[in-house]
Amino acid sequence: MRRSLFGRVWPGATAVVLFAAFAFPVYWMFATAFKANKDIVSDTPVWFPTAPTLDHFSKAVAADGFWTFVGNSLTVTLIAVALSLVIALLASFAVARMRFKGRKSFILVMMTAQMAPWEVLVIAYYMIVRDADMLNSLVPLTAIYTVMVLPFTVLTLRGYVAAVPKELEESAMVDGCTRTQAFIRVIFPLLAPGLMATSLFGFITIWNEFPMVLILNKDPGAQTLPVWLTGFRTTFGDDWGATMAASSLFAVPILVLFVILQRKAVGGLTSGAVKG
Amino acid sequence: MSAQTEEAAAQAAPRTGKGTAPPPASGRGAGARAVPYLLILPAAAVTVLLLGWTMVKNGLLSFQNLGRRQLIRHITEWTGIDNYGNALGSSEFWRVTGRSVLFTAANVTLIMVIGCLTGLLLARLGTKLRLLLSLGLVLAWVMPVVAATTVFQWLFDQRFGVVDYLLDRLGWHAMAHYNWTGSQFSTFFVITVLIVWQSVPFVAINLYAATTTIPKELYEAASLDGAGTWKQFTSVTFPFLRPFFLATTFLEVIWVFKSFTQVFAINEGGPDRLTETLPVYAFQEGMGSQHFGMGAAISILTIVILLALTAYYLRLVLKQEEDEL
Repeated sequence: MRRSLFGRVWPGATAVVLFAAFAFPVYWMFATAFKANKDIVSDTPVWFPTAPTLDHFSKAVAADGFWTFVGNSLTVTLIAVALSLVIALLASFAVARMRFKGRKSFILVMMTAQMAPWEVLVIAYYMIVRDADMLNSLVPLTAIYTVMVLPFTVLTLRGYVAAVPKELEESAMVDGCTRTQAFIRVIFPLLAPGLMATSLFGFITIWNEFPMVLILNKDPGAQTLPVWLTGFRTTFGDDWGATMAASSLFAVPILVLFVILQRKAVGGLTSGAVKG
Repeated sequence: MSAQTEEAAAQAAPRTGKGTAPPPASGRGAGARAVPYLLILPAAAVTVLLLGWTMVKNGLLSFQNLGRRQLIRHITEWTGIDNYGNALGSSEFWRVTGRSVLFTAANVTLIMVIGCLTGLLLARLGTKLRLLLSLGLVLAWVMPVVAATTVFQWLFDQRFGVVDYLLDRLGWHAMAHYNWTGSQFSTFFVITVLIVWQSVPFVAINLYAATTTIPKELYEAASLDGAGTWKQFTSVTFPFLRPFFLATTFLEVIWVFKSFTQVFAINEGGPDRLTETLPVYAFQEGMGSQHFGMGAAISILTIVILLALTAYYLRLVLKQEEDEL
């Protein structure tokens, strides 16, 4: 067959080109962050950081209020993720294991809430938070973020709870556990991977959230990293090295979390995401 | 076939639920019957309070004349449907709406075509190359949105951006030091590349995962019947993955239509507000010009348009869930 050589080569060649296209922006972020300034502002791009430097990172870390933004981001993200996990765990257990009137409506409400267009509700949130005199505070932000990731968390955990064989729980109860004890001793340990995968999604969503904090918290002391990073021109001007270092610092926690939770995470994200 | 088993499970479930219900649930009467409600109470309460009430509030705001003056003096001034009248009567609103729909259509088409081709390619590759391509896809997928927006601004930078350099080297000399954020089309181009780059991995990886569930026998039968690659795709892959295509397309429509961060971060809707899509427009009218009532009305209209665009899919999903529950 005449076509066969071409037929064998093109998928591989296309794969390599696509790999480059998808990986390049991430590579370029890290490469720029480590390059010396003269290699960044050069008319012909320097493709590899030949003399890596940490200057840009120290500049990013030393930027005004950097640690405040990090602290705020970590605070709202961790608290909101933890709260939504606890609230969702209770609800998902009821939904997956118990039959009761209103169960169906509850699930439908969660599914609808999952599709809520947060981006266009910001004005209403602004008015509510302003009327409560709580602008520039992390409390309403954390509460809103909790609800933002809650529907996904409930619906995903429902799947994980349902996947734990009912017999395990029942035999624990036959052995004298109460239902609560059976849950804590038998189901909870089996749920741990599911909890981690679900929390990764929540973490990514909240870590990235931008419109809400942009509107609610004008005071830099109460802002999070996304606001700081999108406004990089005010902080760094046209210093791309520092900007890329800041972006790298922002991206690394997510990349690390993803690598740690990789297997579970991909499964969890896809199953939840396709469910819509 | 799967529909039948689900149906059977749905029929069986309530019976087993009642019949073999663990002793505590059936034995203690009212107290035990309250347990599931207590368990869902926190979730239901925060959702209703923080999301439901906001929706209501948004609706109420859209009927108010709420500017800077009213805001400072805490005056509630009802204006009926004036905000809607003003929005629907302004040519600007319709321009932005048309632009948003076009923007969404272009992005979703690109995402689905490139994503599906990439997914099918993944299915054809050997293990090593598949791993390589998946690695690239996962990197783009996991990259936080906000970090990606700054990286793309750097890639498309006028003075030292790599994209301008490469286009120049490839022979398109007019693109040397091209200012991407200077015109409407080029700004949209950058935003589109960014969004497509972020969204393709989801489609590709999921499509690949879905193709692995297609029984090999179907392809064997098709090729025995003399079907070529294209024919195999249209007669086996596509019909089998139809639900997947439907769900993914609509999820991407929802996602692209309401994307705020990318559009806002690349050029804040500029130049001259020419790249504002509906969410950004609502934000600029409401927060920027401090016509909060107007902004709320636009956001309601945005939701209505989004619902209209996705009504077909939403009905399908809700109906399907209802059957399954």
